[in-house]
Amino acid sequence: MYLGLDEPVRECQYNQICTRNSLPMETLGHKKKKIPRRKWQVFPGRNRFYCNGRVMMARQTGVFYLTLVLIMVTSGLFFAFDCPFLASNLTPAIPVIGGVLFFFVLGMLFRASFSDPGVLPRATPDEAADLERQIGAANGPSGPGYRPPPRTREVVINGQTVKLKYCFTCKIFRPPRASHCSLCDNCVERFDHHCPWVGNCVGKRNYRFFYLFILSLSFLTVFIFAFVITHVILRSNRTGFLSALKDSPASVLEVLVCFFSVWSIVGLSGFHTYLISSNQTTNEDIKGLWSNKRAKDNYNPYSYGNIMTNCCAALCGPLPPSLIDRRGFIQSDTTQPVSHSNGSSMYASTQLHTHMAAATPLLHSNSVMIGGGGPPFPGKSSLVVPCASLAPSQPSLPSMPGLSCAGDMLTLRDPDTHCHHHHFASPEETPSPSGPMPLTLPCAAHMTHGGHIHPAQLYDPASQDSLHEDSVRGLVKLSSV
Amino acid sequence: MLYPTQTHSLQELQQQAAVASKVYVQRDYNSGKICKFQTKFPSELESRVDKQQFEETMQTLNNLYAEAEKIGGKSYLEGCLACMTAYTIFLCMETHYEKVLKKIARFVKEQNEKIYAPLGLLLTDPIERGLRVVEITIFEDRSIGSGR
Repeated sequence: MYLGLDEPVRECQYNQICTRNSLPMETLGHKKKKIPRRKWQVFPGRNRFYCNGRVMMARQTGVFYLTLVLIMVTSGLFFAFDCPFLASNLTPAIPVIGGVLFFFVLGMLFRASFSDPGVLPRATPDEAADLERQIGAANGPSGPGYRPPPRTREVVINGQTVKLKYCFTCKIFRPPRASHCSLCDNCVERFDHHCPWVGNCVGKRNYRFFYLFILSLSFLTVFIFAFVITHVILRSNRTGFLSALKDSPASVLEVLVCFFSVWSIVGLSGFHTYLISSNQTTNEDIKGLWSNKRAKDNYNPYSYGNIMTNCCAALCGPLPPSLIDRRGFIQSDTTQPVSHSNGSSMYASTQLHTHMAAATPLLHSNSVMIGGGGPPFPGKSSLVVPCASLAPSQPSLPSMPGLSCAGDMLTLRDPDTHCHHHHFASPEETPSPSGPMPLTLPCAAHMTHGGHIHPAQLYDPASQDSLHEDSVRGLVKLSSV
Repeated sequence: MLYPTQTHSLQELQQQAAVASKVYVQRDYNSGKICKFQTKFPSELESRVDKQQFEETMQTLNNLYAEAEKIGGKSYLEGCLACMTAYTIFLCMETHYEKVLKKIARFVKEQNEKIYAPLGLLLTDPIERGLRVVEITIFEDRSIGSGR
């Protein structure tokens, strides 16, 4: 019921065993298996799938279990210890309302955690080749110029110019408002943030569930807090404060948990209410993309104009279906891009060989650079380090949910700043250390890695020339396919 | 097989013909985030299909997607009802979007059968490509002996 599926629950009842698979590392391919495999088994992102592809979560799920335990234990204690007193002394409606709220919270949590946030499937090899061809053609012949082909497209939406970025991992031009999550290694539509508390990204398809979860959780927290305090006060009117606490020790724990949660969760709900009413994502708000401080005539092109329409569109608008067919069977003749652990994609089509051959100059030159390049530029390394240090330490964030959500926001910033490295045409976005620095190395690096841990950015000007030539040659080879 | 082969011409195509090349029609983001594909006629198809016909197909496709994503009274009602039933209502009924997607699948199949397969072309339902592109496969006509 909470699985957030497109299929009826009755199918899941037959599934006694939930197959737990981490992402596949082996190649799909020419192996002819008797049992047809499902698409989730060869999904290239860093997600975990349960219940034979019906449930989809991020890789790190520790904090999600903590959330679940906190909610269930606190509510359990409330129903066990405080509700009997309150039901008999005040009204039985209290446990009923509490129960409804509790189940709603759990339902929304499961729906937000288990559903596909709006992951964009990666490009098929033919598509990727076609795009490379187009980019190569748009750039003109590869002359002696050092400017690598721009990987951005500009569109005008509602009067505002929006840049569409090319994702090197997914090999697509990202739709507006989409972003690549470095933790899950997927491009997600209308990417809001990656929430460790929910154990999933928050994107187009599960934003409303996430919002309803935090909203209902704030009501539940306030509800429990208020009624536990009422309970203790009523008891202490009869028997004195200390003996009241002795009679119901659980109340102390509940008050503590609720007190600390209220600030962060209510604050977060308020923040997201503001985001919904102005139709922005957390991503956009942090970057200040649509604020007036950037430019005088800057405005949000996605907003519908008034708060009511924005809210209705976000919460009651049509729910788009999942674009990744998790439970579909792999067709033997369709080619599926599969990621290896090093991030480079292997294709089962014949174009693979030409691609790989073309890509090797880039890979080769990249490894040469890392081995013998100059020291990492201090300005750049400061951008690399936070990402690397934040991402692994996600589960051990401080207990304040507000801070941790700020933590996830920081993480999501870094991939975007990294992705900015690929946008040679926009010097104001890339913090260029010294003058215009053509950034081909990150381009090559991203092609090999695809993950969120980027190699140190090297800016040795002397070896840049050979690198540019290599990369240009590599791209020319790719485009000639 | 991307389509269950039901018509003779589609079957013949997929069994006998070889894929000569693929053309991709990208998304048109100029109208915002709604799903819309570029209606510009790709040059590779000039020899194969009538420009008017192709543009009509693309326009109908765009209209269908606009219908799926339309925000109006009906979608609000559906959304509110779903929220009140904690989204369990979707166990019984399809969302409006899914219904229109089925309609689109039928439309693409029909267009293939009637117009594109006889010309040696095959349109792929965009949902199979993550709503990123409309993939048009150009088949080499072996029987006639003319390549692309």
